[in-house]
Amino acid sequence: MPAEHALTTQDIVVNLLIFVLATFLGLELIRHVSRLLHTPLMSLTNAISSVSVVAALIVLADPKNEFILWLAVIAVALAMSNVISGFMITERILLMFRRRQGGGS
Amino acid sequence: MKADVLVQVLYVLAATLFILSLKGMSEVRTARWGNWAGSLGMLIAIIATLIAYQVERYDLLIGAVIVGALIGVPIALRLPMTAVPQRTAMSHAFGSLAVALVGTAKYYQLYPHIDRFTMAVLASEMILGYLTFTGSCIAFAKLQELISGKPLIYPGRNFVSLLVLGIAVLLGVALVVDPSQSALLPVMIVAALLFGFLLVIGIGGADMPTVIAILNSYAGLSAAALGFVLNNKLLIVAGTLDGSSGFILAILMCKAMNRSFTNVLFGGVGAPVAAAGAGAGETRTVVAYSPEDVAAILDGARLVMIVPGYGMAAAQAQHAVKELEDVLEARGVTVKYAIHPVAGRMPGHMNVLLAEAQVSYDKLLEMDEANLLFPECDVAIVVGANDITNPAARTKPDSPLYGMPILDVDKARTVVFIKRSLAAGFAGVENELFYLPHTMMVFGDAKKVVTEIVTALKKA
Repeated sequence: MPAEHALTTQDIVVNLLIFVLATFLGLELIRHVSRLLHTPLMSLTNAISSVSVVAALIVLADPKNEFILWLAVIAVALAMSNVISGFMITERILLMFRRRQGGGS
Repeated sequence: MKADVLVQVLYVLAATLFILSLKGMSEVRTARWGNWAGSLGMLIAIIATLIAYQVERYDLLIGAVIVGALIGVPIALRLPMTAVPQRTAMSHAFGSLAVALVGTAKYYQLYPHIDRFTMAVLASEMILGYLTFTGSCIAFAKLQELISGKPLIYPGRNFVSLLVLGIAVLLGVALVVDPSQSALLPVMIVAALLFGFLLVIGIGGADMPTVIAILNSYAGLSAAALGFVLNNKLLIVAGTLDGSSGFILAILMCKAMNRSFTNVLFGGVGAPVAAAGAGAGETRTVVAYSPEDVAAILDGARLVMIVPGYGMAAAQAQHAVKELEDVLEARGVTVKYAIHPVAGRMPGHMNVLLAEAQVSYDKLLEMDEANLLFPECDVAIVVGANDITNPAARTKPDSPLYGMPILDVDKARTVVFIKRSLAAGFAGVENELFYLPHTMMVFGDAKKVVTEIVTALKKA
């Protein structure tokens, strides 16, 4: 993998561009989420943003000392618990949203 | 080099799945598919990272995953739906602490050769992460009722909070100027932790939907910032999506209360206000009705609308409410639910509780739809809601609620208001609705009262 330490100006610009595009994409996507689903939306985005487990893994792969190692280990545990419970709870909530058959308005 | 390309491709795939996952949430029909897409994306992201970076301590990694699963799985399986807001606050705490710890680890890993851009991002990431951590812990404690839901207000509160934030930011700037001053880092972290605590301790229970959404946004943004530090584009995309999601939800909540971000964060609404304002002098009387009286009124109704609020969650009354719906429908009455955006303790809270009680989701009306129907509605039953039904929001310019969009329950032919006592709502404002001639107040625990109405209806 490329060394992360030496960020070139180009890296920074590309990352900022991704950030800006993702912001607008996010706003657009979320605007169209049904209001019914705002609670499961939150548990889902919680789980997705816990992709920070990836960052913890990257640090875990190259710890300079014990202290850094343990910070990364704790971070992996915290983020993994979010990932696991986030997707599971979202599934549980979504399973409850049922439309009664033939229940006309 | 080959492996490198593979990893990048997998990251792109994971990011795409995350985007599709949110897209799936636009409709109930595709939402579960969306959740699975998100899970698959996460699995791919983790596998790709393990391919790209050789973790030597697999024992610790596996141990950490097991600990994570031991915390996560029981919560996910056993969590009652009424406690979803607490669990959301807890997951914000976990997520932001994870991000903040990785940021801290990264600082010590790079130390002392840190370029200024990286340090600036690291500092903001850590401040955001740590303040979200303590803020979410306090939000959790308030929602779980470990501490009082009332905001803690003292003179100069905002000054103290901002001073603490100012110290954290100043130390962050000092670190950017000279990243090798590692002695400043712990002080900055403590200041950020303290600010998160001070910020949320001053916010009342009814403002929790907004607070949770804002903390959601911060947690996402700090993850995105970590992506900048690690030059990891997947993290930037996922964190930003989460950040915008929280941001939009926070805006929706603020709009639904006719308040600004600053007012929610620093306004301290919900503090016990010294007796002042409308109607403090005069004593007005309220007639209490019995569940049997309500049953008699419901007997001849054609359209009944149920307005749930936090009280329904607190009393676990959602199943009793569903029973009421069933009894009424069996008699040919149409039943709908009117859902205010800030009803409950988090965005969408009421929808989930009613879904749990197996209420069909096409009966759940949003505020605008519901308000069109109230004039035609025979009986509106308010179960554990208060401020969101207060007509003072429309009519009394001097009311703190004035301008807030409300559910126009007063326009229904009869209003049944189930309430534990005559206390004011969270905003500390008396509800005008209680004194209207066509309002029937029924005092008691929401679950008990609704069950008694059901029993009375069955007998009739």
